[in-house]
Amino acid sequence: MSRVASHLGNVVVLIGGLGALFGLPALAETYLIINATIFAAFAILALSLALIWGYAGILCFGQAAFFGLGGYTYAVAAINFGETTSAAALAILLPTIFAALLGYFMFWGRISDVYLGVITLTVSLILYRFVNQTAGEQWNIGDAPLGGFNGIPATPILNWPGRPGDQLAPENIFSLTVGLLLIAYFGCKILLATRFGRIIVAIRENETRAELLGYDVRLYKLAIFMIGGALAALSGLLFANSVFVSPTMFSLPVSGQIIIWVIIGGLGTLIGPLIGCILMQVLTNQLGTLNQVKGFAWVDPNLVLGVLLVVFVLLVPRGLTGLATDAWRWLAGLTRRRSPAAAQAVQERTSNP
Amino acid sequence: MDYVVILLLQIGSAVASLVLLSIGLAVIFGMMRVINLAHGEFLMLGGYAAITAYNKGVNLWIAMLVVAPLTVGLFGALVERLVIRHLYGRLIDTMLATWGLSLAMIGFVTVVFGNTVSGISAPLGSLSIGGYRTGRYEIFLIGVAALLLVAGWLVLRYTRLGLIARGTMQNSAMAAALGTNPSAVYAVTFAVGAALTGLAGGLLVPLSGVVPTIGAAYIAKAFITVISGGAAILSGTAIAAALLGAINTLTTFAFTSVLGEVALLAAAVVLLRLLPQGITGRFFRRAL
Amino acid sequence: MSEPLLQTRGLTMRFGGVVAVDGVDFALQEAELRCVIGPNGAGKSTFFKCLTGQLPPSAGDVLFRGTPIAGIGSHAIARLGVGIKTQVPNVFDGLSARDNVWTAAARVAPGRIAEQRTDQAMERVGITAIAGRIVGQLAHGQRQLVELAMVIAPEPDLILLDEPAAGMTDEEVDRLVGLIRELNQRHALVVVEHDMQFIRRIARTVTVFHQGAVLIEGDVARILTDERVRDVYLGKRAA
Repeated sequence: MSRVASHLGNVVVLIGGLGALFGLPALAETYLIINATIFAAFAILALSLALIWGYAGILCFGQAAFFGLGGYTYAVAAINFGETTSAAALAILLPTIFAALLGYFMFWGRISDVYLGVITLTVSLILYRFVNQTAGEQWNIGDAPLGGFNGIPATPILNWPGRPGDQLAPENIFSLTVGLLLIAYFGCKILLATRFGRIIVAIRENETRAELLGYDVRLYKLAIFMIGGALAALSGLLFANSVFVSPTMFSLPVSGQIIIWVIIGGLGTLIGPLIGCILMQVLTNQLGTLNQVKGFAWVDPNLVLGVLLVVFVLLVPRGLTGLATDAWRWLAGLTRRRSPAAAQAVQERTSNP
Repeated sequence: MDYVVILLLQIGSAVASLVLLSIGLAVIFGMMRVINLAHGEFLMLGGYAAITAYNKGVNLWIAMLVVAPLTVGLFGALVERLVIRHLYGRLIDTMLATWGLSLAMIGFVTVVFGNTVSGISAPLGSLSIGGYRTGRYEIFLIGVAALLLVAGWLVLRYTRLGLIARGTMQNSAMAAALGTNPSAVYAVTFAVGAALTGLAGGLLVPLSGVVPTIGAAYIAKAFITVISGGAAILSGTAIAAALLGAINTLTTFAFTSVLGEVALLAAAVVLLRLLPQGITGRFFRRAL
Repeated sequence: MSEPLLQTRGLTMRFGGVVAVDGVDFALQEAELRCVIGPNGAGKSTFFKCLTGQLPPSAGDVLFRGTPIAGIGSHAIARLGVGIKTQVPNVFDGLSARDNVWTAAARVAPGRIAEQRTDQAMERVGITAIAGRIVGQLAHGQRQLVELAMVIAPEPDLILLDEPAAGMTDEEVDRLVGLIRELNQRHALVVVEHDMQFIRRIARTVTVFHQGAVLIEGDVARILTDERVRDVYLGKRAA
């Protein structure tokens, strides 16, 4: 993308984000605000995979693992500590450490591609199976029951730092989530522009060459994997505040959905997966409602999502952002005078994004 | 002594289960390097095909052994034509497209059959060994699994079809130069893999029933067994199934069935870390 | 005689029953230029990969300034000051030529300096004109040049090149010859090549491989007229 378009895009995102941040609480009712909070929390989850897959080439089939760990750690810690600030910090720290261990296990073993997918999938499944059967008192952690397949019934809501007992209202949680989403988004953009970020992209392009240049790719992959895990954990703890904590956070459909968001939004961009996530969330909700309407029983959400995914993989492999970029170029091509030299110039320019 | 016999039968049953679940996926992955994430739903489809036929009055054995594989085999051929063949060589894209297919299948079956569990009770009654009882049907399945492996080996080793398949798998360009049509081979292979999966799905209904979402329970185990097994279709699947099945059963016997599942998954993770190319990537490399 | 820059002792590489490299002793001095030639299957590229760390040898030692480097991994070897260009070009296809070279320079130099090193390397190799082009879309010869720029940008003490002239136009080969001669003024080079015309233009000392072992080693003029070398290349004209 050209410099101008890129800066323009950033400004649009910033304005849009701030608009939602300040506009929504003022205009919408609580039910909508809570829904929007969930969407925003999922958007952070989408961002985590967009980063490690789109830019580092790590297709993790088990991001749900960190999502779930974030939610559960927060709930258990908050119940035991009686206040949420340190619980939130722990909820990000613990999954990041888990990501470090899993990453070390995989990257030092030179595991990649499909085998990495299988291992991450299996790990999230292990967590799901395990947490699912933790009903009963012997599985309590301190004062917190893990609750088996029902999950933990009452997640303590975030309180204002230093004032335990003074809980944030839904509007505040919304603002916090969207604010964190914006920070995470622009933080990732900045990260990708640093030396570290550029090397990560190079590693994705050709790991052998990166090694031949003297980079220890294992360390770089580990670092970005940990960042992805931390983001997913953050998403989990925010989700826990809007819904509640249950084993489905670790489940296969969750990991699958994140991948679908990224594919539909556009692999290799940050904004694409965010848009993909929000769109798919809205679509799934609408489909679920529609499914209940008489005569529309055939509109099963799984059926529609499945067909969409197949269509996108076959026909729109670069996702919505790919479509948008192609449309932009086509439009730009239309407005240029059609002389052979000009056409050639357009050709040159459009092959160097 | 009776306890040991029962334990061995249980292990055999778990291993047979894994073999049945995985053999179709192994054929497709081993021959074409395609990862079919809709594999669980192919199993589910086989189950529904068997149940529907049985409920319409078809003999149970015909429903499970003929109707199920035929239905899913045909469906597989269709899927290969429409979707898979456009994505050969693109491993990640096939995974994603088949994931979409799996969602679509779950949705479709939910619409047609609804969300409830359907089942058939296990035929053949039970067998007493000392003070313990075990179902004869599980023993039957051990026989079927063994038969499939042997038949598969015979076909690959001794028939012309098997030779063509092996040749195309190892070097499709060369096979094409010698006169075989790789795309026809792939189409047939995918259909055969699907049919085997349908067969397994039908056979497993008496043991676990069927519901639109049952695929999720199967896919992980099948996937893990095949990848851990490595490139050799038959021996890889057999060895991985034996190893993982034994670990699963022994852990279940010692603790709980959930921990048995966790042990199987954990064993697979360790196995993959130590042998990133699967078991037959390192040992028995030239086996079928 | 001072310690060799690069040395192998009894270097052996076995793949199952096949012995690709058979007890090779090799020594390269500082700022020496060595060409490695031999017919197909002689073991040159396997030997090369043992030097670059892409293959851990089955037996024997590889020493860089006296430090054993066998099996320590490519990235560790590169860090010691070794620049590597592989037979099949290994470049970052999705990135621009400039980004490719920057990635190489960035490991040894921070910020501004890395940018300067990048520009200098591109100029020396002569690819400044295509700096903004995406490497995946370049012709094979141009990609080789980009890879060359990546190799020299971090100013390595030892440069290992595997078939650098492959797929290049005559003009590009001329540039390559000039570049190698210029590099040899301060850096040591090992060049594995097939192209005899090219070898003739740059070589001083030549090592001839045959069936995994060193057949003969010596001055280029003597080697290229040696009967054994001609026999070994059976039917091929030794330029």
